[in-house]
Amino acid sequence: MRRACKANLPALVFLFALLLLWQAGATGMNAAYILPSPTQILQKLWELRGPLFTVHLPATVQVSTIGLALSLVLGLALAVAMDGSETVRRMLYPVVVVSQTIPTTAIAPLFVLWFGYGIWSKVLVTVLITFFPITITVYDGLRSAKVEMSELLLTYGATRRAIFVKIKVPCALPYFFSALKMAIPMSVIGAAIGEWLGAQSGLGYFSRRMMTQLDGAGVFAPIVLLSVVAMAAVGVVALLERRFVRWRGES
Amino acid sequence: MDTGTVSALEFENVSYQYPSEDFDIVDNLSFQVEPGSFHCIIGVSGCGKSTIFRMTNGLLTPKHGVIRVDGASVAGRKGYCGYMPQKDLLFPWRPVWENVALPLEVKGGFSKQERRAQAEAALEDVGLSGCGDKLPQELSGGMRQRAAFARTMLTGSNLLLLDEPFSALDFLTRISMQEWLLSQWQKHQKTILFITHDVEEALFLSQSVLVVASTPIHTLTDIPVPAPVPRDRSCLKDPAMVELKEQLISMLRKQVGV
Repeated sequence: MRRACKANLPALVFLFALLLLWQAGATGMNAAYILPSPTQILQKLWELRGPLFTVHLPATVQVSTIGLALSLVLGLALAVAMDGSETVRRMLYPVVVVSQTIPTTAIAPLFVLWFGYGIWSKVLVTVLITFFPITITVYDGLRSAKVEMSELLLTYGATRRAIFVKIKVPCALPYFFSALKMAIPMSVIGAAIGEWLGAQSGLGYFSRRMMTQLDGAGVFAPIVLLSVVAMAAVGVVALLERRFVRWRGES
Repeated sequence: MDTGTVSALEFENVSYQYPSEDFDIVDNLSFQVEPGSFHCIIGVSGCGKSTIFRMTNGLLTPKHGVIRVDGASVAGRKGYCGYMPQKDLLFPWRPVWENVALPLEVKGGFSKQERRAQAEAALEDVGLSGCGDKLPQELSGGMRQRAAFARTMLTGSNLLLLDEPFSALDFLTRISMQEWLLSQWQKHQKTILFITHDVEEALFLSQSVLVVASTPIHTLTDIPVPAPVPRDRSCLKDPAMVELKEQLISMLRKQVGV
């Protein structure tokens, strides 16, 4: 623990310096509706803790969790299918890449038209931006399994299924955790974008409402909350990773 | 029924052609290996000696001909030979004992305790007792090869195919591994085929050397090694051995196109 703190010390010092600079700039500018200072944001966060923590945070967490779960199912299924068959790979890979060229913010209002103001239009935005890193990274992980290892098991009489379970899955595991660490912040962003475009609750929605009221600190407060939630989730995944992945990049 | 002993391994008019090539790299090859023997197959790099192994262990299917292990064709059979490739291929995510127990795990029908017990016994046999719970990355090169050999032993096969297993080791480790392998062979009475391109290694290890004299491979030239078994490294200084070594080197050098 102490070593971890020591390792992060330069980052913390740098971040603190930036915040000081921000504080000084914002105080000098004295226009809180455009550039609120960090202390004003924290103050706002405290004032609005009721609605933020009981209504809007749970709404956003719900959307990003459902979206992330669907992305995991979809991404893993696509990765396994592409690894299993060359035809499937040639069919799907370009489509998966093309799906990422769609400007999400432009198409998201359509999702609201199609699926209404409920959670599903936001979930769809989340899935659209998070399934890609999961699919591609896990696919790369499955491909990283060495042919020689599979051949060795074949000489022992192993089936395709045994090779998948004993070689492919362990090889893809570190990649899977990397994918998850990438996808979590993106899922929160996706949920916020969806809510920004049309919702009745959620941190994105709240941030936008504060914008219409020219409440600078009110815009930033939910954003700070979003970042903290995403960082905490990534931290949890990193702990799980340390528990499950005892090796990395060695062969 | 044949009256003589059944060959541990028999090639009968076997040919193989790689899809990307327009000739048969192994062309109508026949040879036999008697049970309990130790032979080295020696040849220059890329001559096709590994192809012989890959057909024997079933990774490649011959274009023509029949390969028999213990008298029965290998087509459609499983687990009849233990194959040990050049790299140890220990899975870095598995502790050593789980690596060694892989053949049992694939074969199925063993409980975890049984696998563990057999793996520990095999590890003890190769001088690695107490290393079972380590990760492969914690072992030295020689220890890793011994673990890989223990894994090969647990295939339970009488025919072991060792494809340049010591070529990545440093010289001193290599010669002690060679002595160690000979003692293992004398202890377990397995049939060992050992691929190498190191003439001295081939002479020290084998009863007779099978030389790949040309590519494509039509025949393996069987050259008996004039040294008693058990042997130690001093036999390499025998005039007969020195002469044979020079003879083999000149045979092989003709094929090196430099």
